[in-house]
Amino acid sequence: MPSTVDLPPLAVAVPLFGAVVLAVAGRWLPRLGCDVLAGLWAAADVALLAWLWGATGDGRTVSWVGGWVPRAGHSVGVVLVADRIGSGIALLAALMVLAAVGYAWRYFEEPSGGHAGVFPALLLLFEAGMVGFALTGDLFDAFVFFELMGVVAYALTGYRIEDPRPLHGALAFGVLNSLAAYVTLLGIGLLYARTGELGFAQIGAALDASGKGADALVVCAFVFVLAGPLVKAALVPFHFWLPDAHAVAPSPVCMLLSGVMVELGVYGVARIYWTVFAGPGGIPADAVRPSLLALAVLTSLVGAVMCWQQRHIKRLLAFSTVAHVGLFTAGVAVLEPAALGGTAVYVAAHAGAKGALFALTGVLLDRFGSVDEAGLHGRGRELPVVGALFTVGAVALAGLPPFGTGLGKGLAEESAKSYAPWLPWLFTLVSAVTAAAVLRVALRVWWGAGSASHGHAGDPETSGGGEEPEVRAPRRTLPVVLVAVPALLLAGCLAVGVVPGVAEAFDQAARVFCDRPGYVAAALDPGTAPPVPPGPAPDWWSAGAVLSGLLSTALAVAGAAVAVWAPGRVSARARAAARRCHLAVRPLRGLHTGLIGDYVAWLTVGLAGLLVAVGALR
Amino acid sequence: MSGVMGWLPYAVAGWILLVGLYGLATSRNLVHTVGCLAVAQSSTYVLLLAVGYRSGGTAPVYSDAEPGTPVVDPVVQALVLTDIVVGATVTALLLALVIQIRKRHGTVDPERLTELKG
Repeated sequence: MPSTVDLPPLAVAVPLFGAVVLAVAGRWLPRLGCDVLAGLWAAADVALLAWLWGATGDGRTVSWVGGWVPRAGHSVGVVLVADRIGSGIALLAALMVLAAVGYAWRYFEEPSGGHAGVFPALLLLFEAGMVGFALTGDLFDAFVFFELMGVVAYALTGYRIEDPRPLHGALAFGVLNSLAAYVTLLGIGLLYARTGELGFAQIGAALDASGKGADALVVCAFVFVLAGPLVKAALVPFHFWLPDAHAVAPSPVCMLLSGVMVELGVYGVARIYWTVFAGPGGIPADAVRPSLLALAVLTSLVGAVMCWQQRHIKRLLAFSTVAHVGLFTAGVAVLEPAALGGTAVYVAAHAGAKGALFALTGVLLDRFGSVDEAGLHGRGRELPVVGALFTVGAVALAGLPPFGTGLGKGLAEESAKSYAPWLPWLFTLVSAVTAAAVLRVALRVWWGAGSASHGHAGDPETSGGGEEPEVRAPRRTLPVVLVAVPALLLAGCLAVGVVPGVAEAFDQAARVFCDRPGYVAAALDPGTAPPVPPGPAPDWWSAGAVLSGLLSTALAVAGAAVAVWAPGRVSARARAAARRCHLAVRPLRGLHTGLIGDYVAWLTVGLAGLLVAVGALR
Repeated sequence: MSGVMGWLPYAVAGWILLVGLYGLATSRNLVHTVGCLAVAQSSTYVLLLAVGYRSGGTAPVYSDAEPGTPVVDPVVQALVLTDIVVGATVTALLLALVIQIRKRHGTVDPERLTELKG
């Protein structure tokens, strides 16, 4: 039996080993054997991480790989530090991988890429990268795991190499993310030059001891190191790769990308800030808070506006992820433990809802070879169960009580409004707009409501028609797992909201996460870290949270109804106003050109802006 | 280190990064794009090696060095090695994608890939 300190390395090693076994055994094993093996392996990692979550409690599990424990506060070893936020998001990644393996079981009829073991092997490799990134306590290790999950994600995005669009999306994804990772490595080099350390805790302690404060080198290092996580989190103007990649990746991969990988970027920002830069030798909170909050607000608004404009359903869901990541970043950016705990609940529940929506869109692709909202008008009538689940997913995205999204949104809002009273309105508005767009799709596709026409001629847009079906046998009966997996994911989203104690656990976990001296002591001087005293329990489903969830759901329903039924019934004046709004957002759509060069230019502009902002505010 | 050699390696690293970014932003050929990414990455090698340099230091191989000989920092050399491995993986995968794009679209000009926009 492994002891608790062996669990974090095991949780990374088990899927890595599984990937190797599947890649080799897939040559001989039949399809079913590969899928069962992959499922068992993914389930084993879920069990390990659930054990780690339970055993860590409100402390931290620290393992020095290879037994290189620190002597007198120094070690040349590599450390993994699991607290409940880290092991929690690793567990979420493992659960989503299990769901994706289950969903993909009957999804690809003909395995491409050599043999049946390749796709599940890539999924397990992806899982190893994500779990490693979530659990590592070392900045350079974080870079390596970041690139591991990146490279596997590019390969998974372009998995259907017979089809032209996924290749384009995967290339944009790869160039942007790897470029950002190299900028992160430059930042790591600068920090190493100043401190001679690579661990989060060690760098943080050395920065504080240097007594130089936030000078130019520390500001540059801060912005450079965050470049990777910011691009992964797809914050505007670093977000351009995300809709291109999510629109074209195979549906089981979309579940993972939108459900957990993008959120790991936000996690990376929070982890690096709190462990490395939150001390007196780092960046003052008054510089970090407004910079991150500005990015977050911009991201959620751009994401919501762009989401509403789409007709390609996967691209629409991708922009809804951009909008929600903006909200998660807002929850982190106020730098309050309570808001962070609420955001963690929100992320967990969002993964269930968004994963389910992508999985159900995959059913459309499977049946009709299209994900075009206009082209599919009314054709979903033959799939009523799928339509019902899609509608449930849409209201879950809006935050209808008692779904976990509503609880997380409410908790984050309650805490964030002490810093900025307008933030709850942003949360309500953005979740309402994105959910309204999804509801609009449900009404048109499954209920055949409104007219089939969409959009205005001459707009830059990606239609969803003419997609290659991801399976080659379109007339088979609908496999049960394609509906069962999204139903289970929605049940998970509901469970986060209704199981008592979840919110409390995350609240205390966030307090531990923000306890920087405790983290440094746990990593460098084990046994001396005092436990974090439990604070007041969060208000589980406060009246404000229920009301805000109901309000955004009502707004979403109203918005979808207006979009579907109003065009034929309103006055010419209202139509002209709608037309003007449409023209106003057209330049914004025009920025999404699909050109890698433009995306790199935006990345450079964003980093320069962040450098100026943090440098001026410090 | 003092004088011009003190700051020159850092200036070179910054210059390589900017050149790589410029190439990426203006590239009209996807093979060139992947090449520019590798150029941008080279700036990390230069920066890391500059950080680890010690005046008069020799290679950190202890088998044939007298005890007490100054050596350059071996940690950054390990980092650069890892970085090269990561870079090779990324470049190989991206070039494979470009080859496949050439096969399916018949072009490597990004301006002619117009399917994803808005």
